[in-house]
Amino acid sequence: MQHNQTAARSTLPMGASLIAGTPLVEMRDMSIAFGGIRAVDGVSIDLMPGEVVALLGHNGAGKSTLIKILAGAYKADAGEIRINGQPAPISNPRDAKRYGIETIYQSLALADNVDAAANLFLGRELTTAWGTLDDVAMEAATREVMGRLNPNFRKFKEPVRGLSGGQRQSVAIARAIHFNAKILIMDEPTAALGPQETAQVGELVKQLKAEGIGIFLISHDIHDVFDLADRVSVMKNGKLVGTARTSDVTQDEVLGMIILGKAPPGAAPGPGAS
Amino acid sequence: MSDISAGKAPARPASAPQTAPTSLLGALEVDIRFLGMIGALAVIWIVFDFLAGGTFLTSRNLWNLSVQTASIAVMSTGMVLVIVMRHIDLSVGSILGVTGMVMAVFQASYLMPAFGFNHPMVWILTLVVGITLGAAIGALHGFIIAYLGVPAFIVTLGGLLVWRGAAWAVAEGKTIPLTDDNFKLLGGGASGSIGATWSWVICGLAILAIIFATLRARQQRTRFHFPLKPVWAEFVTAGAGCLAVIAATAVVNNYTLPAALARRYAETNGIPVPPEGLTISFGYAVPVLVALAVGIAMTFVTTRTRFGRYVFAIGGNPEAADLAGINTRRITLMVFALMGALAAIGAAISTARLTSATNAQGTLDELYVIAAAVIGGTSLAGGAGTVAGAMLGALVMQSLQSGMVLMRVDTPYQNIVMGMVLVFAVWIDTLYRKRFK
Repeated sequence: MQHNQTAARSTLPMGASLIAGTPLVEMRDMSIAFGGIRAVDGVSIDLMPGEVVALLGHNGAGKSTLIKILAGAYKADAGEIRINGQPAPISNPRDAKRYGIETIYQSLALADNVDAAANLFLGRELTTAWGTLDDVAMEAATREVMGRLNPNFRKFKEPVRGLSGGQRQSVAIARAIHFNAKILIMDEPTAALGPQETAQVGELVKQLKAEGIGIFLISHDIHDVFDLADRVSVMKNGKLVGTARTSDVTQDEVLGMIILGKAPPGAAPGPGAS
Repeated sequence: MSDISAGKAPARPASAPQTAPTSLLGALEVDIRFLGMIGALAVIWIVFDFLAGGTFLTSRNLWNLSVQTASIAVMSTGMVLVIVMRHIDLSVGSILGVTGMVMAVFQASYLMPAFGFNHPMVWILTLVVGITLGAAIGALHGFIIAYLGVPAFIVTLGGLLVWRGAAWAVAEGKTIPLTDDNFKLLGGGASGSIGATWSWVICGLAILAIIFATLRARQQRTRFHFPLKPVWAEFVTAGAGCLAVIAATAVVNNYTLPAALARRYAETNGIPVPPEGLTISFGYAVPVLVALAVGIAMTFVTTRTRFGRYVFAIGGNPEAADLAGINTRRITLMVFALMGALAAIGAAISTARLTSATNAQGTLDELYVIAAAVIGGTSLAGGAGTVAGAMLGALVMQSLQSGMVLMRVDTPYQNIVMGMVLVFAVWIDTLYRKRFK
């Protein structure tokens, strides 16, 4: 399917047009409704390689719903997703994973009754030559990746129910980064963490960014966002208020976007701006 | 072993190995709950032996107990998966009824005339037809549950009525006698047992399997530099397993044919009868071997395959399983189809044991099967349960019933006791979960 690059570029929000090259992810005019409520309404966002884009907004603004469309958990009613400039029809989580999209959900989405290795490889189990589960190999890989993320982690044989909030979080992060993600979605990655662990996640984000991975970050912590994100996109009542480079706006202006839905001069306004 | 794992094997894991386990049970890595169930079973057996004047712990009674448990035990292995996925199947007794009836009718009306008396194809095709039908019925239930969104409780409650009615419709309520002698072996009895020699052969194979499994697990963990179980602990667990197999074999071989039957057996097989009389051992009954084979296969399925892993993951967190890209609907359908197939195997065992199919066959079996799974530690909240536990649960239920029969307790009182034991067992389980989890 051929498409006109120039025409495509002109429909992008202004924030993206400042960066050269093909965006890693483009989500254009995404809409989804649940029983008459338009949870996401005509939202367009994009993401460049090695870039962190923060999604901000109140509870119920539609951030999580939007990224769940990208992750394949929901199927959009309208809109188009492009990966590396190519149309990418994503209708289930397996599709998303095929495009290198990994997600760390706010709920962590762990099966509490099985161990860390089983969670890490859930849906992508390593098998032996006979097609049976290769638990030893999976445990070895889990020990390796957990050793990088959380060197003090010991509970490899325990159901993840018995793990602390931070340990569970590191299992969820390990699952996202172990499979060489190109696009990482982090929905409130530090919500369950203490200050030290939050700093660790910050380091991890910077490291992944340096490897050229694009990251969508959903967070409530505006300091975190200004520390880690290159751009912010703000949503309110399912609509995009606007997108701005973090260097072009102040924290107060971003708070104004979240609370009042008002796009400041440094931002490209979206359909939701008042 | 996959290439990925082989490539990583030489590297030491980044995280240091765990420190040696401190507690005795921790070192043995045995399931406390399983140990508790074996303890409870031992208590039940000893108490009944005492109350029933020494008639319970006889090789004859234990042999009968093993045969009586087989059908429920087979079905309980499937019920574990159903309950682990947060569903329930109330229709297994009726599926057993209809598949048993269809197998008997098919055998008498079609296979026997087509192949002739006792042709080996008769019992094979009877089983194929029964298991296929059971799987199809289960798959239909699973389809309605997974794809049409009707709760399993309702679908299988409907199934309970539908398939019981269908069992009646197949032969208009008549009792259909089985005609094939090979098929009847599935029910056990004097000829449906494998005798002393073969029982010892199976005993030997089981011991070899235990040793092999222990060594292989150890070798795997060594390759990846994982913490190892202490050697003495390996000897204790493997040794306990071997001893249990030897003891069971000794018991079933100790049960011998009554003198009259032994003489007849000797005459038909042309064995000279010595003056002091013949001792011919029963050995393991065929239905017990079938149940054990099903148990091993189902344990393999639940612990070593993706399908089993997904069943548990879905039971633990359906949403997480969905987000991980698991096709939860397909797995649900497969679990119910498997349950239906196991109900058909249960039907084969119980019709063969009665040597006929009756309309009421399997009535209330769904409750015994669910009770066996739950007593065996399957959590109704989903996500937890073992095949071995459920089979042990079936043995506990059957031991209670058999013990009360020996004590000449009337059926209504048996039901009262069984009902109370079920509630008590789940209460103990609840306490256990609060304390240890």
